[in-house]
Amino acid sequence: MNALVNLATALADGSIETVDLTHTLDPDFPVMILPPEFGQCARFRVEEVSRYDERGPGGYWRNFSCGEHTGTHFDAPIHWISGRDLPNATVDAIAPENFVGPVFVIDCSAESAVDEDYLLSVEAIKIWEKTHGQITENAWVLMRTDWSKRRGAEYLNMREDGAHSPGPSADAVRFLVEERNIRGFGTETVGTDAGQGAHLSPPYPAHYILHGAGRYGLQCLANLDALPPTGAVLICPPLKIKHGSGSPLRVLALVERNSNAG
Amino acid sequence: MTTPIQKPPKKNPQIRTVVPTLPPASRSRRALAFTVAAAEGRFALQKCAMCGHIAYPPREACPKCLSMELPWTDVPTGGQLIAETTVQTSINTYFRERTPWRMGTVLLDAGVTVQCHVHGGVLRNGRVRMIARTDKSGKGVMMALPESEGENMADDKQLRELTCDPKHRRVLITDGRHMSALSLAQHLAGAGASIIFVGLAEDWRKPPKQAALEAIPQVEIVPLDITNTTSVTECAGEIGGKVDILINNCEYVRPGGIMGRRDVITAQDEMAVNYFGLMRLMQAFGPAMRGRGADGANSAVAWVNILSVYALSNLPEFGATSASQAAALSLAQCFRGEMAGSGVKVVNAFCGPLDDAWRQPLPPPKVSPEVLARDVLRCLQQGLENITIGDVAHDVRTRWIEDPRVLEKELTQIEGM
Repeated sequence: MNALVNLATALADGSIETVDLTHTLDPDFPVMILPPEFGQCARFRVEEVSRYDERGPGGYWRNFSCGEHTGTHFDAPIHWISGRDLPNATVDAIAPENFVGPVFVIDCSAESAVDEDYLLSVEAIKIWEKTHGQITENAWVLMRTDWSKRRGAEYLNMREDGAHSPGPSADAVRFLVEERNIRGFGTETVGTDAGQGAHLSPPYPAHYILHGAGRYGLQCLANLDALPPTGAVLICPPLKIKHGSGSPLRVLALVERNSNAG
Repeated sequence: MTTPIQKPPKKNPQIRTVVPTLPPASRSRRALAFTVAAAEGRFALQKCAMCGHIAYPPREACPKCLSMELPWTDVPTGGQLIAETTVQTSINTYFRERTPWRMGTVLLDAGVTVQCHVHGGVLRNGRVRMIARTDKSGKGVMMALPESEGENMADDKQLRELTCDPKHRRVLITDGRHMSALSLAQHLAGAGASIIFVGLAEDWRKPPKQAALEAIPQVEIVPLDITNTTSVTECAGEIGGKVDILINNCEYVRPGGIMGRRDVITAQDEMAVNYFGLMRLMQAFGPAMRGRGADGANSAVAWVNILSVYALSNLPEFGATSASQAAALSLAQCFRGEMAGSGVKVVNAFCGPLDDAWRQPLPPPKVSPEVLARDVLRCLQQGLENITIGDVAHDVRTRWIEDPRVLEKELTQIEGM
């Protein structure tokens, strides 16, 4: 009981801050682009139901529509073919304790600034661990690239040979899942995989390996530069959509003010 | 030679916008067939199927042989001006605001005399070339033009009342990503449009021809996504008061009909653009255009819907897209009703298959962006309300006019087309 009381006190006095890691759901926010003959991710759209007018004098409310993978969103294991037969692989079936937990943030912003196709390697993770300690089991790992600061066409960074954005290598995902037993992996880019992830082996390794092992994904995250490398707590419950493959969500982090931010 | 109209001055914000008034609108049901032909730019009169007599004004029976068979038939457009007057005042508000107004009597080569509007370039007792067009009331009228084309002829103020000439006007092309956008902008710029707004959705995806579009001095790229109500409302809020011609070239086309698809998502996307997108545009831009139908030399004049000709009858290979186009056509009819009396023409341009990636497997002839742009421009300059673009569209619409039931059978039978 004392832990929660202490937490509430710390939240109230500001010694623990709540950081928003979410982009605003905005019709103009980019979504994943697939080859045109495939089904596409729905854009976020809003229609006004009433605004204190003849359609409803007392109220303002709207209908919205989007895909399960629009905006800042959560990927459940069933999202990928490798996770389709796993138990509890949909957002409604995932146990709620998985949505709150420790988070480690690997800063790849310098590397991503000079190499838009930067791949996080096992070696880079081990070097990071030398400084910050080993990633503990059942934790979230986020890859900070500062990609969320990009705007317009720079975000997807689409060219004739596809998108160019950083992500993890296949070996790095395998290492995080098999050697560090992480709970989930998150990025600032439109997907958990690199823009050129289709050309890695296996294709889209983050999706394939994470979800095949029953782990979760978070993407289109923002403000990762406000998180310390270690010591923060991530809060990321997706909407409880029946048989949902994922969901847009509000992602928050609890950060101790005096912790080693950035 | 006609005196060219000058570029209109900037609008005086202290003067009330002139409200559209109308020339006489009443026509008999029989006479509406003349309006239908005029909307397509055809000069048609009743010609007796029994004795060949040309009947005018419209009759229920042939005045010569009393036959009831008086089909509307395209007749020669030549004639001679045999009497004329210039009206200096009128009890009709529309003409009163526009006097002096030249009118005359023309003896048609087809053998009847008609009362008509007369172009300023027609010589006294001169030979004329007749056109039939819809006027600001949306009703068919005749105008006598000089027999041969003269300089700045389109600038005649009486003729310009019947046309939708882009000269000195401001145009919105709704989809800058569509293959027709660049050609449309080039043609409109060449025709003297003063501003060409080009809508661009999703600026986070670079369009392929943006640099070429931006190289046209009259072009202004504006954010516009017709699947997004907020975007359409904001765009109309910014520029809606100065869109004189709106060309909706947005389309969402995918092959497939009903059972070849496993879901309704593609159909929703088709409806989101082809139907709801059109409705959003109409709701956002329609009211301002309706109020500006008499707003000087750059009044609002035309709303152009570029529709698939398979809006008329379903092509099962593109069955669900055809259905959304049929919905768009029905909406355009509703819009015509709501815009009636505004002086703004609602144009339906029925287009055959475009030469693009989605229609790649369809056989030629296909419509190139240049042909689409050329035909739309010609339609505006001539003031037409219904056109076809490309041979396929012309053929399908002709067969639809002949017998829509036979066309449906042809398009849906096992042998295909």
